Amino acid sequence: MDLKNTSDFVSGFWNMYVIVITLVSVIGCGVFLLLQDKAKTNAGNTTGHVWDETLEEYNNPLPNWWRWMFYITVIFALVYLALYPGLGNMAGSFGWTMRGQYETEMKKADEQYGPIFKKFQSQDVRAVAANAEAKEMGQRLFLTYCAQCHGSDAKGAKGFPNLVDQDWLFGGTPSQIKESINKGRDAAMPAKGVKPDLNGDQIKDLANYVRSLSGLSADSIRVQRGKDLFAQACGACHGPEGKGMLGVAPNLADKVWLYGSSESDIVETITKGRVNRMPAFGDFLGDAKVHLLTAYVYGLGGGAKEDAPAAAPAPAPADAAAPAEKK
Amino acid sequence: MQSQATYNYKVVRQFAVMTVIWGIVGMLVGVIIAAQLVWPELNVHEFLSYGRLRPLHTNAVIFAFGGCALFSTSYYCVQRTSHTPLFAPSLAAFTFWGWQLIIVLAALSLPLGFTSGKEYAELEWPIDILITVVWVSYAIVFFGTLVKRKVSHIYVANWFFGGFILTVALLHLVNSAEIPVFAAGVLTPKSYSAYAGVQDAMIQWWYGHNAVGFFLTAGFLGMMYYFVPKQAGRPVYSYRLSVVHFWALVFTYMWAGPHHLHYTALPDWTQSIGMLFSLILLAPSWGGMINGIMTLSGAWHKLRDDPILKFMITSLSFYGMSTFEGPMMSIKTVNALSHYTDWTVGHVHSGALGWVAMIAIGCTYYILPRVFGKTEMASKKLIETHFWVATIGVVLYIASMWIAGVMQGLMWRATNADGTLTYSFVESVKATYPFWTIRLLGGLLFLTGMVIMAYNMFLTMAAGKATDAPVLEPAGAH
Repeated sequence: MDLKNTSDFVSGFWNMYVIVITLVSVIGCGVFLLLQDKAKTNAGNTTGHVWDETLEEYNNPLPNWWRWMFYITVIFALVYLALYPGLGNMAGSFGWTMRGQYETEMKKADEQYGPIFKKFQSQDVRAVAANAEAKEMGQRLFLTYCAQCHGSDAKGAKGFPNLVDQDWLFGGTPSQIKESINKGRDAAMPAKGVKPDLNGDQIKDLANYVRSLSGLSADSIRVQRGKDLFAQACGACHGPEGKGMLGVAPNLADKVWLYGSSESDIVETITKGRVNRMPAFGDFLGDAKVHLLTAYVYGLGGGAKEDAPAAAPAPAPADAAAPAEKK
Repeated sequence: MQSQATYNYKVVRQFAVMTVIWGIVGMLVGVIIAAQLVWPELNVHEFLSYGRLRPLHTNAVIFAFGGCALFSTSYYCVQRTSHTPLFAPSLAAFTFWGWQLIIVLAALSLPLGFTSGKEYAELEWPIDILITVVWVSYAIVFFGTLVKRKVSHIYVANWFFGGFILTVALLHLVNSAEIPVFAAGVLTPKSYSAYAGVQDAMIQWWYGHNAVGFFLTAGFLGMMYYFVPKQAGRPVYSYRLSVVHFWALVFTYMWAGPHHLHYTALPDWTQSIGMLFSLILLAPSWGGMINGIMTLSGAWHKLRDDPILKFMITSLSFYGMSTFEGPMMSIKTVNALSHYTDWTVGHVHSGALGWVAMIAIGCTYYILPRVFGKTEMASKKLIETHFWVATIGVVLYIASMWIAGVMQGLMWRATNADGTLTYSFVESVKATYPFWTIRLLGGLLFLTGMVIMAYNMFLTMAAGKATDAPVLEPAGAH
């Protein structure tokens, strides 16, 4: 829809209503002042009325400077209405709009700054990640757009993934990182997995079993009972050994815990499920900036090690330098 | 000649005392949230978290402290300038107890998390209905008293009080139109606004700005018009000026709300009109300041040794400052820098502490001895101390917020050579800490002043006893 040519009004009547009522009101202020100015005053004398023993009013005229200040604001308003939008759909002779100002400024910024970002766009992500200038620009972008959730050190917080470790929920290759930034990511774990009839005791069994997967202390009887339950309720996504599946469900056998590793944290996760979302930045930032951000995130350290084997094949295009243990 | 009947001072007394008490409570909550900004770990519990306490602070200072001051001064003024006791005294008593109940319900429901989410109108629908009932009773008492006045002319203070009462009723009814939520067939205290999208935002800020314009300005100008000439012992400077600035003020305030929504989804034309009427509002606002300050012309020496007059004249100076600052901030290009920064907070408090609180404090110092059978407060020296502590507090508060606000605005728009932002948001937060600390100190001083006032009030109450003055016959021809 062409927003520039849409009206704010459902009919021409309301347009006229706004124009008339605005003009009458602005001019009315001036006329009211003019009429009151003509009323008789008697400087230094009171009006003759007395209230509550002592309350009286002088009949002094309006202060001159004050009267002119009032007139000037009324005249300013009329001039402004001729130049800028204000009278309904009338554009004002300057043709100024808020949207127009935004577009002009954005265009100017693109012309001025676009080439600076573009020069990195054709380079390989690994090369950009190693470039000191690109790294500084990437960091500034990261601090502006990403730090609110992932932290200024990119180490994340509860519910917000750490980007400097080797653990990637949706893959740590350049193309996977870029896809995460461009399109965002949605993640949802249903409450109680695929077994909605789990009771509180069974959830505790499961939590203990999950803790045992990564070598955390756990109640051995509950671990035994939890193992079978895990296969029924959780295995479909997390895999029979709990090692997860890239882009589907996290690895539960490593040491990384997005929502906490205590028994009560895990019980909460199983009982209520988890829903998480990273917003898409592609349309907002454009390719050049996303490319820089990808390189910055890739270069944070999570992309460095290549020794950890992939638990499941990555759905994204095979990248020989797939950096991370995936889950 | 004096008749045997007495003015109804009981309700004035009750509201005056509660003005001081709620002032302390509301400002204490303000000091707590100011401290939470300096030390975030003070958010110890959800009930006491910043997000719950902030609306409690604004509601307590505006509607509990400011509201009680308005009730007490308007009831005092309207009966004395009408030369007749209050109309419907039992209804007047109801407004006192009803208003206190509303305040207590607010103090409970807001920390518990019940909110309609509309700034300065957060209270949920059951309380909104109670507010309506109390407010209609207030209007009946006030206008009923005016109707049975013994003088033909209505004194200027009552125009402002009357205008404030009528408009606040309109604002409250329109903005608080809301739909209660039924959960599983059960009526809950939760509601949603009757308006949607940008209309809701516009209605909200039409309300929000006029809450400032009528509750905190027109009503308090009413106070000014009675108590400043009384305390100064001088006639009001210009009757003509009162006429012009009264009508111009009540008319133009109604249009100014859109300046709260500059550069948002609000249409361009609406934003322009909001800005222009905000500029036109400058002269009508200053009309009140001129009439108040010039009332002292020929009696300036009284300022030297009358601390109550000091409160009143200082409040008018702050009123003039903030009503100049407001129109300037409504200009789009200025607003582009000031909006969302602490400059706004500084502006609000130069009005709220400098103008509203100081004029209310001055008037309450005038009323308290008179309704407790004394001619003066127990200690004039303590009023003087209160004045200086409060003034230093306001100056620290607004100066630190101005600097912080302009700094934040400049940091947010600073860019590097590549067009990226020079500072991330948290860097501006970090840079603001010193100013938040100074603000906390300013708020603490202002609160200290209120505690001194309470002590002085209790000394006065202990020395005197509740007294109702006899109704006076009107003087001269009317």
